[in-house]
Amino acid sequence: MKRITAINDFVIKFANINGSGSASANELFSKAVMRMGVPVSPRNIFPSNIQGMPTWYEARVCEKGYHGRRGGVDMMVAMNPQTWDADVAEITPGGYLFYDSTRPMPASKFREDIEVIGIPLTEIANATYSDARQRQLFKNIIYVGALSVLLDVEAEVFEKLFAEQFKGKERLLDSNKQALHLGRDYVKQHLKAPLGIRVQRSDKVGDQIFTDGNSAAALGFVYGGATVAAWYPITPSSSVAESFQKYCAKFRTESDTGRQRYAIVQCEDELASIGMVVGAGWNGARAFTATSGPGVSLMTEFIGLAYFAEIPVTIFNVQRGGPSTGMPTRTQQSDLLSCAYASHGDTKHVMLFPQDPHECYTHAATALDLADRLQTVIFVMSDLDIGMNQRLCKPFVWDDAREYDRGKVMSAAELEAGKDFGRYKDVDGDGIPWRTLPGTHPSKGSYFTRGTTKDAYARYSERGPDYIYNMERLNKKFKTAADLVPQPKLRAAQQKTDLGVIYYGSTSPAMREALDVLETEGIHIDALRLQAYPFPQSVVDFIAQHERVFVVEQNRDAQMRSLLINELETNPAKLNRVLHYDGTPITARFISRSIRDIVRPKAGTDSTRIKETA
Amino acid sequence: MTYIAKPRMHHPTLTTNKVGYTRRDYEGPISTLCAGCGHDSISAAIIQACWELDIEPHRVAKLSGIGCSSKTPTYFLGASHGFNTVHGRMPSVLTGAYLANRDLLYLGVSGDGDSASIGLGQFANAMRRGVNMAYIVENNGVYGLTKGQFSATADRGSKSKKGAINTDSPIDLVGLALQLGATYVARSFSGDKEQLIPLIKGALAHGGAAFIDVISPCVTFNNHSGSTKSYEFIRQHNEAVSRIDFFPPGEEITASYAPGEVVDVPQNDGSTLRLRKLHEDYDSTDRYAAMSYMNEHAARGEVVTGLLYLDPLPTDLHTSLNTCDRPLNALGVTDLCPGSQALDKINSGLR
Ligand SMILES: Cc1ncc(C[n+]2csc(CCOP(=O)(O)OP(=O)(O)O)c2C)c(N)n1
Ligand code: SF4
Ligand SMILES: [Mg+2]
Repeated sequence: MKRITAINDFVIKFANINGSGSASANELFSKAVMRMGVPVSPRNIFPSNIQGMPTWYEARVCEKGYHGRRGGVDMMVAMNPQTWDADVAEITPGGYLFYDSTRPMPASKFREDIEVIGIPLTEIANATYSDARQRQLFKNIIYVGALSVLLDVEAEVFEKLFAEQFKGKERLLDSNKQALHLGRDYVKQHLKAPLGIRVQRSDKVGDQIFTDGNSAAALGFVYGGATVAAWYPITPSSSVAESFQKYCAKFRTESDTGRQRYAIVQCEDELASIGMVVGAGWNGARAFTATSGPGVSLMTEFIGLAYFAEIPVTIFNVQRGGPSTGMPTRTQQSDLLSCAYASHGDTKHVMLFPQDPHECYTHAATALDLADRLQTVIFVMSDLDIGMNQRLCKPFVWDDAREYDRGKVMSAAELEAGKDFGRYKDVDGDGIPWRTLPGTHPSKGSYFTRGTTKDAYARYSERGPDYIYNMERLNKKFKTAADLVPQPKLRAAQQKTDLGVIYYGSTSPAMREALDVLETEGIHIDALRLQAYPFPQSVVDFIAQHERVFVVEQNRDAQMRSLLINELETNPAKLNRVLHYDGTPITARFISRSIRDIVRPKAGTDSTRIKETA
Repeated sequence: MTYIAKPRMHHPTLTTNKVGYTRRDYEGPISTLCAGCGHDSISAAIIQACWELDIEPHRVAKLSGIGCSSKTPTYFLGASHGFNTVHGRMPSVLTGAYLANRDLLYLGVSGDGDSASIGLGQFANAMRRGVNMAYIVENNGVYGLTKGQFSATADRGSKSKKGAINTDSPIDLVGLALQLGATYVARSFSGDKEQLIPLIKGALAHGGAAFIDVISPCVTFNNHSGSTKSYEFIRQHNEAVSRIDFFPPGEEITASYAPGEVVDVPQNDGSTLRLRKLHEDYDSTDRYAAMSYMNEHAARGEVVTGLLYLDPLPTDLHTSLNTCDRPLNALGVTDLCPGSQALDKINSGLR
């Protein structure tokens, strides 16, 4: 049997039981590898339940820094007897199986074509600890210790991590160290190490940070000046609001009074969360809600009101698999159309597409500015893959000279000076009207906000010309938005090509890798990463400059492609669908194969050439 | 165009209040509701109450849902910002607005369909949270705006104009408000100005979740015999348990009544409510007694009106959330943004 051999380039998957404390042990493993200077991108795979059920943690170690899911498993850490058969079957031939050998397993439970590494984890833990909870928790650290020797990760790296994590808690520090070394010592005494796959010190991590998109978004909302958050719990978005609470408690509590410079309400449903955001936005506070597809569905009536009455609203949508309750713990990019055109009547909404936690942070703050500037609904379209998984990304930055853009708010002084105030009047030619906040001036600038039709001075009017003026102005405002939103990013191919690819959001890392792979095969493609909707002129130009454009996305109905065709009146024949929507994150292998199959049909017919396991 | 500005002729005899406004300054454009609609009387009572309270009109934010009742904020307080939201969801919008700026007075206007049918959940949760607002339901037992269908407050056995009989039990918003923790709960009748105006004043000055259910006959769809929300029916079945008089902060309390029937209740803002008990057995400070009293009388076919419950020391949502004194919408980047140094620290914790 030929063993898989690889340095700094493998996939290790941990099969655990939910609630067993494995999550922090697995994170510890990933962090240790990164402290060795080697990038890791882990992904949690968890069914929709709380305790006692299977969960997986799949970590891709990749010196080249490809953070997309790779596919295939080189080493399985099989800690869950329930899922044993499937877990063992998933290992790539020549790979490795790591398991707890305390209880003997029949030979039929193993495979011939893999290397099996048994360590009596339970036995070691039970011999050292008497408390049941401790036995369970430290068993996790023992396996991390064992793996560190097998994969050649330095003990010092862990010790430093422990020292940081348990600063001031010496007892915990010592016991964790002890557990780690129990695992390390066992492997050193009984087994041959390192394995064919292993880690080697490198310098590819640099100053990057390792964090998840939801807490990054929360931080963006803190920095961006959100003061009101209203939400209703839903996977995978809940941790946005929870992290916002945590950061606010830390950064927004007045040191002298102990009072809060924020208000967070956990609502009775999403109708109430969006309603509160609308109320707060109308009244001049920066407000947001975080939700997922089903929540957006409930919010749609209010979204139309905010569009038509022109109220700043920020909705952070962490997308999951739909429709209906769908795959609540799996990832997709399938809410594009339902958000772009949410609500009845002619409506359109701005969407931003973060590609990683760093952009969840920047786009959250940007969304608050855009909402105020454009006086409309701004969606930030994250997804479970970036929201709930930690990812290496650029560190957060904030320019201390930055001011919040509060948009066109007319002051009491301006009103007093006799400036003309027409709430729905286009005075600047950009379609964006001026607004006043309640309570501003005793006799000037008040108006009645409503979802019904009105004239430019906010007076109820059913006159056709008034209605059309308003709807056309809203359209103009939407065109203005195309220039204000984050612009598309072009990655030009190494040589001139008439192939193009359009992608967005969490597809980015897999796309980058796929482009590299295709390039080595001589398939050159210009790539445009969309950061927002509406689309600026550069998207039109990009499509015009290429004969064939692939649109890569994670949904069944090619929703971005539909949006491009609908908004830009692009010839549909030019836009090729590349769709991945089984709930797992898209892979570079999938993208490169799909494109290769289209560009070089003959080579592509051999679809067994790349065996991909889910 | 249905927007008709009211002629603004200032009559020389119009008196100004302490903040320098005449009663006219609290009005809005002419109402487009049906002549005789109870809702218009409530608007008039709101105008009178705000004028008497010396509230600066622009410091009131008026919010409503959808319905004939919810249209009324257009017709009063023309100098205030108003927000006609979506059907049944005014409470959440008002809550959000209140979170953004705690310094304004919040007046929520709704209908029985708006609050008891489509919006029951939001009504209930706003009461639970203790949002500082005066919440008025203009209750006619029907959906006026959609032409007379029964709403969830219609009494069992009540007959619609077309002859249909309502077989569902009614939702009693007063009972719910009491149960859910509202700290000022009253019921009144649009035809009873003397009772209604002081109740609205008390609600505006209350400082917590104040709710008034105002029976407000719909002359077009629910004012016939067989209706239990008609002028005739309410006049015959009204059981007022209390009358209140409202004294603003610092005002000398002059009116005198027979001792034993009168309690003076000081309010949070320094004003005083003088409560005249009309029924010896009624106690307005006992939430649970109020509930059972109402239920007993309802069983006898009586509509109990007056100030039914009052907690003179209400808490409100901002107190529960411990928010700062300055309105959240007045905070800027220096108040809110932790800055780049704090961010560097966060970054190093994530490596
Ligand atoms: C989501 C939605 N459903 C239905 C309607 C239609 N609608 C408008 S007002 C109304 C009922 C209003 O009844 P109520 O609140 O009692 O007000 P009234 O007109 O009786 O004062 C209905 C059903 C609507 N505007 N929105
Ligand atoms: S329909 Fe009824 S509720 Fe509506 S305005 Fe006319 S009388 Fe009033
Ligand atoms: Mg009604």
